[in-house]
Amino acid sequence: MAGTIAHDGHADHKPQGFVRRWMFSTNHKDIGTLYLIFAITAGILGGFLSVMMRWELAEPGIQIFHGLASMIYGVEGDAAIDAGKSMYNAFTTAHGLIMIFFMVMPALIGGFANWMVPIMIGAPDMAFPRMNNISFWLLPPAFLLLLISMFMPSAPGAHGVGGGWTIYPPFSTVGQPGPAMDFAILSLHIAGASSILGAINFITTIFNMRAPGMTLHKMPLFAWSVLITAFLLLLSLPVLAGGITMLLTDRNFGTTFFAPDGGGDPLLFQHLFWFFGHPEVYILILPGFGIISHIVSTFSRKPVFGYLGMAYAMVAIGVVGFIVWAHHMYTVGLSLDTQRYFVFATMVIAVPTGVKIFSWIATMWGGSLDMRTPMLWAIGFIFLFTVGGVTGVQLANAGLDRSLHDTYYVVAHFHYVLSLGAVFAIFAAWYYWFPKMTGYMYNSTVARIHFWVTFIGVNLIFFPQHFLGLAGMPRRYIDYPDAFAGWNHVSSIGSYISAVGVLIFLYGVFEAFAKKREAGANPWGEGATTLEWQLSSPPPYHQWEQLPRIK
Amino acid sequence: MTTETKKTVNQGRRNGLIASICLGVFVGMIGMAYASVPLYKIFCQVTGYGGTTQRVNAPTGVVLDKTITVRFDANTSPGINWKFRPEQRSVTMKIGESTQIAYWAKNMASHSETGTAAFNVTPQQAGAYFNKIQCFCFTEQTLKPGEEKDMPVVFFIDPDIVNVPELKDISTITLSYTLFPVDDPKPVAQSVTDGDVKKTIQ
Repeated sequence: MAGTIAHDGHADHKPQGFVRRWMFSTNHKDIGTLYLIFAITAGILGGFLSVMMRWELAEPGIQIFHGLASMIYGVEGDAAIDAGKSMYNAFTTAHGLIMIFFMVMPALIGGFANWMVPIMIGAPDMAFPRMNNISFWLLPPAFLLLLISMFMPSAPGAHGVGGGWTIYPPFSTVGQPGPAMDFAILSLHIAGASSILGAINFITTIFNMRAPGMTLHKMPLFAWSVLITAFLLLLSLPVLAGGITMLLTDRNFGTTFFAPDGGGDPLLFQHLFWFFGHPEVYILILPGFGIISHIVSTFSRKPVFGYLGMAYAMVAIGVVGFIVWAHHMYTVGLSLDTQRYFVFATMVIAVPTGVKIFSWIATMWGGSLDMRTPMLWAIGFIFLFTVGGVTGVQLANAGLDRSLHDTYYVVAHFHYVLSLGAVFAIFAAWYYWFPKMTGYMYNSTVARIHFWVTFIGVNLIFFPQHFLGLAGMPRRYIDYPDAFAGWNHVSSIGSYISAVGVLIFLYGVFEAFAKKREAGANPWGEGATTLEWQLSSPPPYHQWEQLPRIK
Repeated sequence: MTTETKKTVNQGRRNGLIASICLGVFVGMIGMAYASVPLYKIFCQVTGYGGTTQRVNAPTGVVLDKTITVRFDANTSPGINWKFRPEQRSVTMKIGESTQIAYWAKNMASHSETGTAAFNVTPQQAGAYFNKIQCFCFTEQTLKPGEEKDMPVVFFIDPDIVNVPELKDISTITLSYTLFPVDDPKPVAQSVTDGDVKKTIQ
């Protein structure tokens, strides 16, 4: 199926001028590129916050944050230490929100899905190109608001939202009276609006704009994963929007949704938040599942094992993802029967996830494996995601969770599935589609060094955190007893190594653009069968003027 | 009209239809989020979820031979200047027997204040079996400056409690009240006293 399709002369009519090309862009590929640049920028910032936290935690006691606080907020002495402690909490909060809303989601959904889904289903563009433009341009102001919130007063003597990304009341209402919280809430509103518009666009595109002959059951798995993700977004994000709007009115207009003195209940927020929050973690990982399926199949030179099973496993994960939210709330006093239900429902998710893991392995089994860089990242993803999945099944047990709740064991678990899982999927996609998007081949040696440095670095960060969590170290504290010093030190060294990995990644991008090695339409050979490999690299500005026909 | 433009118009209509359905789902989910507020309240009252106690008119008449201890706890929110405490720390009674106890409150403020009490029991599962016949928490209480008042609670424990596997072995239930002022609560973002924060808000 390889080989380019000839396009007529209209294909490359790009808008003239920087502003018209990029600011007013309605082209899904240009907007996808903008999303990717945005995600890389936000990822570097979010990563910077995490390295600062690990630097602080490298030794017991308070190392750097009192200094940072006095540098940035201009406070001295004991006030600096207190401001530093709050600053650490503001860093954890901002790190979480940035990585979720401004790094992983823009990269996978806005970036790769925007770029590849229309091409893969044989559509000339998204269904609503101008809405696509709004979706992107809502993000930078949202990000800016979140950054501003870090410098706004929150609690007396503190700056920035310090309640973690979950922003539970009453700390986020009466505990943080300053404007920092309001900025963060508004930021989430705008980022949410951006995602909702994006989701509507993807659903419409995938339902209406498939090329003739491409039925849903012939659609590439990445398009499937994005379709399911878009549905999850559409159903879960409004609930978050409702919840944080209640927070906002509780804070500013005297409503009492979450205030017991007015007949409200703070626990209601946790239910609303996690009704959004749990589907959200599947929103972060499902597009990754789709990407990994393509990469594993390409570099095994086999069609993916159990295509329909793979598609419906994602549907099942999406559906069940909506009825397990209270497993984040085992310690709030749920009745035993409620806990039994949520333990059971949570464990059920391991079944479709297991189907996916086994299907990836079965795809590789007996295949003609080609260990190119994207495949390295994909296999790294499968391994690390499975490790995170195993600790997830453990934490699904209410009995065990009561002792590990809010410890570093949980931190290690969700970083294995998200920081290592989702991020490895992003890098896998990056190396897989970089030649297609830019037309240039990356330097394989640099890419491999990037992989190994990152792989060693992130495992060094997060594996020891299992030990710390089992030993009882709680999350979201700036300091810890001396007994935890050893593994914390190891974890911090891992974070420095991963930071070097990011620099290698950036160098690799620079190197590829500097050397301009032509990649050709299909650098991956006969295993790459999806439609994007039939186009030139980079694809023409307007593709599929003659719709492809799928047999 | 050529077939090409007709096709585009049709496509546009179908796109608009799907987008409208999506928009409807979006609005519906926001509505659900807000509907969850009253639903959650009803759910707590009906199931005793989160230690919400039950309100009944009369005891069932069944009294078991087994005794249970109920302990009493009182808290006041910072917004109300009252002294508030139970008159007895605990009471031991037969399961099913109705008992009267009292809380005592005194207004320490120089003006008359109105308060209302939020309540729950621990263990929270016992909420469904903790029946109040009469309680000062059913209404708002107003005290003049310096006035004090004994406020009764009449309650009984539902004998069905011994049939619940999670509760049949418990010997103590704690009933807790938190007294809140009744007035328009001030929005927190404007009620700050700290100078640093205030400066930025203004």
